[in-house]
Amino acid sequence: MSSALGRPHPVAIGFFFVFIAVTLAITWWAARRTHTTTHFYAAGRTISGFQNGLALAGDYMSAASFLGIAGLVSLSGFDGLIYSTGWLVGWPVVLFLIAEPLRNLGKYTFADVVAYRMRQRPVRICAAVGTLATVVFYLIAQMVGAGNLIRLMFGLPYEVAVVGVGVVMLAYVLFGGMIATTWVQIVKAVLLLSGAFILTVLVLARFGFNPVALFSAAADRYGTAVLTPGQLVSNPWDAVSLGLALMFGTAGLPHILMRFYTVPDARAARASVFYATGFIGFFYLLTFVLGFGAMVIVGQDAIRAVDRGGNMAAPLLAEAVGGTAFLGFIAAVAFATILAVVAGLTLSGAAALSHDLWVNVVRHAEAGEREQLRVARLASVVLGALAIGLGITFKGQNVAFMVGLAFAIAASANFPALFLSMFWRGFSTAGAIASMTTGTLSAVVLIYLSPTLQIDVLHHASAPFPLRNPGIITLPLSFLTGAVASLVWPDAVSAERFAEVERRALLGVAGE
Amino acid sequence: MSDGAIARLAARRWRVALWLTAAMLAVYFGFILLIAFAKPLMGSPVAGKLTLGILLGVLVIVAAWLLTWIYVRWANLHYDAEVRGLSGRDV
Repeated sequence: MSSALGRPHPVAIGFFFVFIAVTLAITWWAARRTHTTTHFYAAGRTISGFQNGLALAGDYMSAASFLGIAGLVSLSGFDGLIYSTGWLVGWPVVLFLIAEPLRNLGKYTFADVVAYRMRQRPVRICAAVGTLATVVFYLIAQMVGAGNLIRLMFGLPYEVAVVGVGVVMLAYVLFGGMIATTWVQIVKAVLLLSGAFILTVLVLARFGFNPVALFSAAADRYGTAVLTPGQLVSNPWDAVSLGLALMFGTAGLPHILMRFYTVPDARAARASVFYATGFIGFFYLLTFVLGFGAMVIVGQDAIRAVDRGGNMAAPLLAEAVGGTAFLGFIAAVAFATILAVVAGLTLSGAAALSHDLWVNVVRHAEAGEREQLRVARLASVVLGALAIGLGITFKGQNVAFMVGLAFAIAASANFPALFLSMFWRGFSTAGAIASMTTGTLSAVVLIYLSPTLQIDVLHHASAPFPLRNPGIITLPLSFLTGAVASLVWPDAVSAERFAEVERRALLGVAGE
Repeated sequence: MSDGAIARLAARRWRVALWLTAAMLAVYFGFILLIAFAKPLMGSPVAGKLTLGILLGVLVIVAAWLLTWIYVRWANLHYDAEVRGLSGRDV
């Protein structure tokens, strides 16, 4: 099958420029409304629950989940679906444990909550390190993915794609702050959900709108093995460990947590996760159909011929069922997806640099509004430049493990400290430092020693640590060190202020 | 307003939240363990050639929706009213 993929296609370029024009217009509109740090970091806390639900979905549904999972399902069948479900199950946890108290306790970052009753400087530094580690690894994976995907879809050189993505996303963040970033997420989420939905309808139309017929066709062509669990879960500990990292990592992703400050109150935060879970779950259900649809309609050989990892399964499927114009639309949607995710990441990293490190550590919370806004924008430029630099540095490298690493750090460094600070009276400054430091270090070290890095990237014969994702070790370890350090070095002030934390987590504070 | 009333409501919210979290953990890791230890069962057809494993995968997503719905309903009906009661007495 010959494909228009990889050649600049007029419809794709048309959609692409429309998207850029619309989002830059949004940025211009948002820039005129961004006067304070509350606008820059939290969109003035005026986003509704429904809007934030879409924006959360936009922040979370990366090109990796759209193109990667569809590709994985198309090539490995059932095993790919383990990811579809794994990426969703963290959302209910965010709703139950995090969203509402976070909204009531914090201002701009999750460090606000952890540091609330602790000694500010050491806790802020640790939280900022956890945030930046998560953001940077996630950013590298996204930027490298962006360069490769845009090269595959539009035929643009890798470096041009990386610089282009970096510059446009920086324009959103720098000028439009959280207001622009939120609306870019919303536009992207609507495009991605509707694009995937139309594609699903076109696929199902070929099977009399009967999903069972689609699965049967897949089994007829590739054997019933594609509908049964295969080799992916050969080691159950591996699967459980990855599952833990995905579940609790979602509840520790800084760019997701930051979104809860954009809504007016805890009720809206609650509603926003409810909608986000609905949208994201719906999207992953669609990936079931897209993956098997690509397997049957495009065929595994044709998918592998374009990209061995299967990343082009969804675009090829779009071309097969909707023609080149629809391919153009889906390619532009994939591009919008990448842009929106890196913008959200950059903004949350900038908040850690400026709000946590500069304002609260260096300036002891005594920086004026103008200075804060200036530093926030400077930090955005630094992170944007870093994203471009790292994207180019890691060209051609296997960076798939970095998403797993980002989730492992988020689950082991950010989530335990956040949860304990809201839940346990006895959690002390020393406990917070110990838990965040242990979480970050153990996740990085164990991923380095794992087969993911030793075998897949460094091509060694074996790995000293057997699990591909360290969540099952690092998450309990972080809780344990946090608890032990809190018991050994208790913190009277922190315990005393716990009643205040409980009160504020429930009732919130008017006007913030 | 007493800190005691707040602490009691906070404890109740955490109890609901932790039970629902445990339910989500049980559903997802139950699914993973079935995949790991009951491959033939997961491969058995339920409709046409559609296997139990794929059906359960869909149901994991449905369970996530259901659990969030249960929480939001509880919070909207009971929890919010008690929070309002507490802050009402406060002012």
